[in-house]
Amino acid sequence: MKASAFAYARATSVADALELLTAHGERAKVLSGGQSLLPAMNLRLIAPELIIDIGALTELRGVVVKEGVLTIGALTCHADLLKSPEIAAHAPLLTDAVAHVAHPAIRNRGTIGGSLAHADPASELPACMLTLGATIIARGPGGERRIAASGFFAGIYETALAPQELLVAVELPVPPKNSTHFFHEFARRQGDYAIVGLAAQAFVRDGRFTDLRLGFFAVGDRPLLARSAGKLVDVAITPAVLAEAASALNDELDPLEDHQATPAMRRHLAKILLARCVSSLLARPELRAGASA
Amino acid sequence: MTAAVEISLNVNGERVEANVLPRLNLADFLREHLELTGTHVGCEHGVCGACTVRVNGDIVRSCLMLAVQTHNATVETIEGVSDSGEIADLQSAFRERNALQCGFCTPGMLMAAQDLLKQSPCPDREQIREHLSGNYCRCTGYQAIVDAIETTARARAGRLT
Repeated sequence: MKASAFAYARATSVADALELLTAHGERAKVLSGGQSLLPAMNLRLIAPELIIDIGALTELRGVVVKEGVLTIGALTCHADLLKSPEIAAHAPLLTDAVAHVAHPAIRNRGTIGGSLAHADPASELPACMLTLGATIIARGPGGERRIAASGFFAGIYETALAPQELLVAVELPVPPKNSTHFFHEFARRQGDYAIVGLAAQAFVRDGRFTDLRLGFFAVGDRPLLARSAGKLVDVAITPAVLAEAASALNDELDPLEDHQATPAMRRHLAKILLARCVSSLLARPELRAGASA
Repeated sequence: MTAAVEISLNVNGERVEANVLPRLNLADFLREHLELTGTHVGCEHGVCGACTVRVNGDIVRSCLMLAVQTHNATVETIEGVSDSGEIADLQSAFRERNALQCGFCTPGMLMAAQDLLKQSPCPDREQIREHLSGNYCRCTGYQAIVDAIETTARARAGRLT
């Protein structure tokens, strides 16, 4: 189908975009790459009265590393994230994750800010933000607001952003050099929406986790930073310990049913991902069957 | 403000000035306003890849871009890359290998395949499949398409040495 009629404004600066949002916020939608917004409009799931196009605001594009913080502008597209040497060096989890975001033609347009503001529970980047402890930076009529990723995602397509606010950047603390990561998702086809996925960051010392952050996605109405990861930290991992963590994880999940999978299938796949993640990060192949055995 | 917006862009090497409604997507603009009907419209929500074109050198879904967003941009369609001879060898390989039947997906497939060959001159079959993962073909089963792209990559690499 085609999008219904709307008015269009091309923002010439962040200040201009904020003025438009202040005047029309409730009735407007911000257009960055459009790779989630335009399908929703073409399917007539949403019909905003005004589109505020921020595509020309080049000051919102780019990746900067400074004093242990990686700052990514909201308009940085997925293809640029994938190619960024700064991200590959300082947040390789993100490089791995972006390779699973849709297809090349979509990665050329879709942006990190758009993905986070859209907050699809099956998206890779929101879960990565939880895992990496990101801060989301929004500007609004009252100035700048810094929102922890853990408090940003509020439900299906819902975030802590007010209608008058514009997401301008994300900040990621650079994980120390000896940190390791794991990323995997189950999808029907390369680039499709994940059925279940996991973005993990860890410290391993002498065969044990001293820190483990597990960001699951497509397991509920928003990404989940699993508290059950705590059961795997500072202990010797045995199949019994892993099974206990898997059972605790099961209690945290609240998967939705859709055309791809039932909640039971999602719970099962989350458990499989947990075992594969632990096995891979500890380099212990015998744990791979772990929790599901 | 739902009024038409003036845009100026370059399409296949020619300057185009137009007045377009904001809701008009790039695929419909190319097909209906410029009569460049090689760009096909399939799913209209970014899944099938039939509408793939190049904007400022990068492949994009023209159903997921508004015509107004192409103001000051350079757009290349299947007509452009076909007429310039840029993909003549790829087109012959598709024909020789029967990599198309109904042909609906072919313009998008060719745009995506050429994009891959520009970035990665000798892709293996896995990389070819991955790069075309966003392009549906309901006729061929993909094997012949992958064959044709692999053959073209090898032939191009051979010409360089």
